[in-house]
Amino acid sequence: MLVSERKPWEEILSYVAQDKNIFLVACGGCSEACQTGGEKGVRELKEKLEQAGKKVTGYFVVDFACNKVLVGLKLKRYLSNIYSADSIVVSACGIGVQAISNMVNLPVHPADNTIYMGGFSGVWPGEERCLQCGDCKLDITGGICPYANCPKNLINGACGGSDKGKCEVDPDKDCAWAKIYERLKEIGKIENLRKINPPRNWNLMQPPASRKKSIFWALEFEEEEKEVVK
Amino acid sequence: MKLSELFNKGKFVITSEIGPPKGTNIEPLLKEAEELKGKVDAINVTDLQSSVMRLGSLAVCRLLKERGIEPVFQITCRDRNRLALQSDLLSAYVLGIENVLCLTGDHNVLGDDPQSKPVFDLDSVNLLRAAKGLMEGKDMVGNKLDGSPDFCLGAVANPGADPLEPQVIKMELKVEAGAQFFQTQAVYDVKKFEQFIRATEHIKVPKMVGIVLLKSAGMARFMNANVSGVFVPEKLIKIMASASKEERPKKSVEIAASLIKELKGMCQGVHIMPLGWDKYVPDVLEKAGLI
Repeated sequence: MLVSERKPWEEILSYVAQDKNIFLVACGGCSEACQTGGEKGVRELKEKLEQAGKKVTGYFVVDFACNKVLVGLKLKRYLSNIYSADSIVVSACGIGVQAISNMVNLPVHPADNTIYMGGFSGVWPGEERCLQCGDCKLDITGGICPYANCPKNLINGACGGSDKGKCEVDPDKDCAWAKIYERLKEIGKIENLRKINPPRNWNLMQPPASRKKSIFWALEFEEEEKEVVK
Repeated sequence: MKLSELFNKGKFVITSEIGPPKGTNIEPLLKEAEELKGKVDAINVTDLQSSVMRLGSLAVCRLLKERGIEPVFQITCRDRNRLALQSDLLSAYVLGIENVLCLTGDHNVLGDDPQSKPVFDLDSVNLLRAAKGLMEGKDMVGNKLDGSPDFCLGAVANPGADPLEPQVIKMELKVEAGAQFFQTQAVYDVKKFEQFIRATEHIKVPKMVGIVLLKSAGMARFMNANVSGVFVPEKLIKIMASASKEERPKKSVEIAASLIKELKGMCQGVHIMPLGWDKYVPDVLEKAGLI
């Protein structure tokens, strides 16, 4: 079970500053449990985006965003709503955002920061990983995580070891930043590379204990225990 | 002296490079540096080059300074977090070091201790920004410094990067972050370098073309296969292959000198990486008409 938090609203708005029409996806799994995703989460996003003058072309909740079959089925059903949007805002963990981005040829913006996964990294049958950095960068990187995929965790483009799309660490491995570059070109967001990203805040990887206890499953577990005592 | 002062005077700046030894025997290294004294404007000292544990760059830079040789302190992000990087920059300044080259650094797995922890807390862009911040009297979190350094900050670029566009964008970020000059990866292909210069015309900081002395045909082939963005044309490989072992240094010097002659007009300086062949650098410079 993971813990995610809604990103600051200003940050989400900055992602969609150029976009008029937006499609929403929320995870009904872990994200719902920590009250970022689910019906409630997606409605909150919809309301706020509409207040900000955006048109929401549609939305769906999927349990789980890391389940390729479920996501695929949902995406198919909403295809026309999705492709009438400029971008998709996803409320899910880093894996969920990468999963959606992987399957749709549109810019995908994360609505949440994943801060803790507690050993559960989803059921996505791909190579994508989420390092629970607490400051999701998938918006600027076209849905490909540089922290998880670059052995140097670089955040401002490839190093000098990147060679014809491959990584200096392993010539069979794709350079994460070469992939990010190709993806950004594909979705028309090369300008994302032109802004210096500050170094990572490592402190975000140590969420307060109180935050971990605030999710549903912890409460449910407590109730079960009480029943045993009776 | 800061390299920026030389660039500002319009001088074609010449730098070379030495690599600290694995151990404490520094006499051969200092001898190499002495060969270059007075012939080059400054000497880069590499920072655990190829991710191999060695004597540090900072100590060798200071030793050069004491001998009247201007060092360029190479600093990479591989082995130090942001506290140590900033601290070492301050240390460098109080030891008299004025030129710093900021790099990301090779990954640990390429070196002699692949089990070590890769740090990479910062990248080259954020390292430049941190160094610039120190020069402006503040650390990375904005705390005021009691006395601040004054550096000439350099960065690296790869003219042979494929594709070139992201490389150019990264150079723009480096300049925005504080880079005042670039030294490039080894260049053997004049046309490719010309394309690179055209693609980076808008980046208005001095660029120093990188020249690596070819030691043999085998080395050339190795670089073609393994070093990102380096391409040695077959013509040059043939020259090295047909030379006897004794003739090789002479051929190598001729190749480097003729490359410099061709490239000189396109850039503001040359950075010669002799990889141990320091004694031939003065010949190269002479044949290239630079001294």
